[in-house]
Amino acid sequence: MAEPDGRACVRARVLIRPKAGILDPQGVAVEQALPALGFTGVSDVRIGRLIELELDDPAQLEAMCERLLANPLIEDYEIVGR
Amino acid sequence: MRFGVVQFPGTCDDRDALLACRQAGEAELLWHGDADLRGVDAVVIPGGFSYGDYLRVGAIARFSPVMEAVTAFARAGGPVLGICNGFQVLCEAGLLPGALLPNLERRFICRQLAIEVVDAGTPWTCALAEGQVLSIPAKHTTGRWYAPPELLGDVRVVFRYARDANPNGSTDAVAGVASAAGNVVGLMPHPEHAIDALRGSVDGLGVFASAAAVPAGA
Repeated sequence: MAEPDGRACVRARVLIRPKAGILDPQGVAVEQALPALGFTGVSDVRIGRLIELELDDPAQLEAMCERLLANPLIEDYEIVGR
Repeated sequence: MRFGVVQFPGTCDDRDALLACRQAGEAELLWHGDADLRGVDAVVIPGGFSYGDYLRVGAIARFSPVMEAVTAFARAGGPVLGICNGFQVLCEAGLLPGALLPNLERRFICRQLAIEVVDAGTPWTCALAEGQVLSIPAKHTTGRWYAPPELLGDVRVVFRYARDANPNGSTDAVAGVASAAGNVVGLMPHPEHAIDALRGSVDGLGVFASAAAVPAGA
């Protein structure tokens, strides 16, 4: 993929999840809502974020995740589809 | 004693923070876009929704120009207080340990709480007594303070939710913490909303009086 001016441009996705062991109240709420709709047998629902971006230099993505996109104390991130 | 109160886009408690600081000294606003603390003696980062709380609470505000100046000021020993969103910003900036997560019960909390002073050795608590219980309101959705077990032993706890009332699921009922040196303090409850008997409590005054009691440059 290239921009009209010829620059290379990469699409990337970053998945951000609450770290294992951290209670996720949103996930709990959804898990408790599903049986009310007749969906049984669902457990361990966890809710995170998906960040999609286009960037010139994918090598910077790791640093972006460490500094801003995720808080490594409470979140894990995974770079996919770049 | 001159306090600076930081104002980000989305801050909403700056006026109350100014009023509270003015019970103890002079106070002025510091704009988020200026990396200049105008020579103030102490900095207060008030509550609100800085930069819309986008991405994570405090995550974007921590990279604002004023926070560069606040970070240098804090590292040089200057007294810095973060209240609610200000606490979240200071954690994101790495000036305070831990992080703030959504309340365990998924509800917005808005009520008067009993807060115990655990550490009176900081510039924001030196006019208070350890074991003293303050009546201070809290209002937040993301107030569950968390630190991983391996960090917990080194954390300097300054305030705890008292009387077994842990409203948000914070680790060890922590309501506020300090930096290792003690000059940076953050808490979720709002002492600046407890400075007038008309509003039910004046227990917040002691926090601002503490900072004013510290000799300038100390």
